[in-house]
Amino acid sequence: MNHVLRIENLHVSVHGKPILRGVDLEIKFGETHALMGPNGSGKSTLGLAIAGHPNYEITEGAIYLDGVDLTEMEADARARAGIFMAFQRPIAIPGVKMADFLRHATTNVRRPDRKEGEDLIAMRDFRKELKSKMEQLKMDPEFARRYVNDGFSGGEMKRAEILTMAMLSPKFSILDETDSGLDADAVRLASASIAEIGRDKMGLLIITHHDKLLEHNPPQFTHAMLGGRIVETGGPELARELHDHGYDRIRKAYPDADAANQEMLAKEEAALA
Amino acid sequence: MSTELAPDDAVGEINKYDFRTESTAIFKARKGLDASIVHQISDMKNEPQWMRDFRLKSLETFYAKPMPKWGGSIDVNFQDIYYYLKPTNKQGRTWDEVPQEIKDTFDKLGIPEAEKKFLAGVKAQFESEVVYGSLKEELVQQGVIFTDTDTAIREHTDLVREYFGKIIPPDDNKFAALNSAVWSGGSFIYVPKGVKIDFPLQAYFRINAENMGQFERTLIIVDEGASVHYVEGCTAPMYSSESLHSAVVEIVCKRGSRCRYTTIQNWANNIYNLVTKRAMAYADATMEWVDGNLGSKLTMKYPAVYLMEPGARGEILSIAFASAGQHQDTGGKLVHAAPNTTGQIISKSISKNGGRSSYRGLVKVEKGAHKSKCNVVCDALILDPKSQSDTYPYIEILDQDVSVGHEASVSRIGEEQLFYLMSRGLTEHEASTMIVNGFIEPLVKELPMEYAVEMNRLIQLQMEGSVG
Repeated sequence: MNHVLRIENLHVSVHGKPILRGVDLEIKFGETHALMGPNGSGKSTLGLAIAGHPNYEITEGAIYLDGVDLTEMEADARARAGIFMAFQRPIAIPGVKMADFLRHATTNVRRPDRKEGEDLIAMRDFRKELKSKMEQLKMDPEFARRYVNDGFSGGEMKRAEILTMAMLSPKFSILDETDSGLDADAVRLASASIAEIGRDKMGLLIITHHDKLLEHNPPQFTHAMLGGRIVETGGPELARELHDHGYDRIRKAYPDADAANQEMLAKEEAALA
Repeated sequence: MSTELAPDDAVGEINKYDFRTESTAIFKARKGLDASIVHQISDMKNEPQWMRDFRLKSLETFYAKPMPKWGGSIDVNFQDIYYYLKPTNKQGRTWDEVPQEIKDTFDKLGIPEAEKKFLAGVKAQFESEVVYGSLKEELVQQGVIFTDTDTAIREHTDLVREYFGKIIPPDDNKFAALNSAVWSGGSFIYVPKGVKIDFPLQAYFRINAENMGQFERTLIIVDEGASVHYVEGCTAPMYSSESLHSAVVEIVCKRGSRCRYTTIQNWANNIYNLVTKRAMAYADATMEWVDGNLGSKLTMKYPAVYLMEPGARGEILSIAFASAGQHQDTGGKLVHAAPNTTGQIISKSISKNGGRSSYRGLVKVEKGAHKSKCNVVCDALILDPKSQSDTYPYIEILDQDVSVGHEASVSRIGEEQLFYLMSRGLTEHEASTMIVNGFIEPLVKELPMEYAVEMNRLIQLQMEGSVG
């Protein structure tokens, strides 16, 4: 398999405010990339723009999957093309059971040409597969009968995202702070699960502040993001450095990006206030 | 619930209800409403004098009552409606005895098939009269009565007379008065003491002719310790002019009995559906209304439970779906008239494509009804900015020692929910349908499987074209 996700000079605005200012990134199938950066640097924005969030407007540049331009595609078409994002804050869908949701999603992603109303994956086969994936992730079978993310604990939500990733087996996964809000044990479990499901079976872009999530997923590449750009790319040692020493060196080395970052953060805080 | 979507022939599916049968009525009263029409109906039915008097008096009440000043706007020309249309001379006991074109109608609606599979008894009403009726032999043996109300007047006079018009008197409201004057058809059910009917009894009401008003009258008496589940379905083809469906349903739940009344109403979008439904629940009895309103131009319907003696329980579950040009003004009414009674109203409404749904509910706790408990939850989901939802909760509490709760929520289908599901490969339409199905899931799971499937399918049809 030699799938490639290529991001070229990506500029993204949200409600007219520019956030990404020219991101270049190439991920090959089977590679693990870490994306690190201070708050407001645009990490989640990059993830959401790749996944196709309608509010994240691509004003310049493009996203290619195996040479196919995804830029104008809706989120569902991108998912069917092989893109997956594990949400930092997954959304609750009350009344919809995990199993029903996953059966529908899995069918659509596996049969990208499926028309609405056509049959879903046979119930028997689906249940069997779901059960085995849940066993692999050490999840209680009861989980499949719960409503999507409704009343889930932080840890449950993240595990549900990893289960979804396991079922959809995308070509590329973006994991947006899958460690946030989890205690040390839960992060370790999430890290091991990601390795089990994802390593060598897809390309991974792991967005994180910490190195715990990377414990089982040593990145071949680490990207430091600041002010809406990737300012430095290195190997696993860069992830270690950023985790141990923070972003001071990066901020000083790229004062323009740092100024942009401060400005975005201020706007974000003003919007929240 | 399965969120599986129905086959992709939605247009064909809608036409499933929107077809007209070329059926020649054997008697059609002229259009319009006056005492002579009421006499004519009474003559045709060869009714006892007391019923004729009841009708004529109700007509006077109808004239005297003003139109309701609340709810939806009712623009009905009462002189432009046919009040009585008799489709056939006799009621079939087998489907073969039903005139072919009417049988075809019910075949298309899937009634004989459902009857074979899971029903204990069926009534099928076409225009003004019940054209088919059945009841499982073992229930007949146990003394269960399931017949049309006209037959009941003749054959079970005393039982009918004791309750008819007593739970909902003609002067209750203008449309109850209208029904009392011109009623025809409907079901009469009597479940004797201790008899528990395991499978539902179903009635299906079909309006076929243009400008036809349908005014069925249903009376259900559940004797001590007995139980029954009654289901009604309603449809009509689409005509260019409006028509009227105005039913009255009276229920008596005696000590320790249980009655569940499920409605899946899917009238054509030009029918005014103005229905009065009320149950009296006595000691330790349970009355449940499950009320699904999907079609009609305007529905005004607030199933009521009067909790008359200690330990009585009333539950009202209401689902309304208002689409373009529709107003669903629905809800429920609970009157706690005795101590230690419990009640619950759960209402879920969905508004889409310019539709309007209103929750209107009354909870009344009479003086002396202490230790009574009541809970009201109404949730509204609005699918687009054109659509509307409003809530009119009325609460009157005349006793100090009671517990009454009320929660209401209004939500819009969130962009974030849509994006989340779409990022998992669902189209926008599949995603919003899934969100809507999830929203009504707490109610749908209360329905027997066959009706849950039907309800999900109807929601799916309503969702067609809801995107873009």
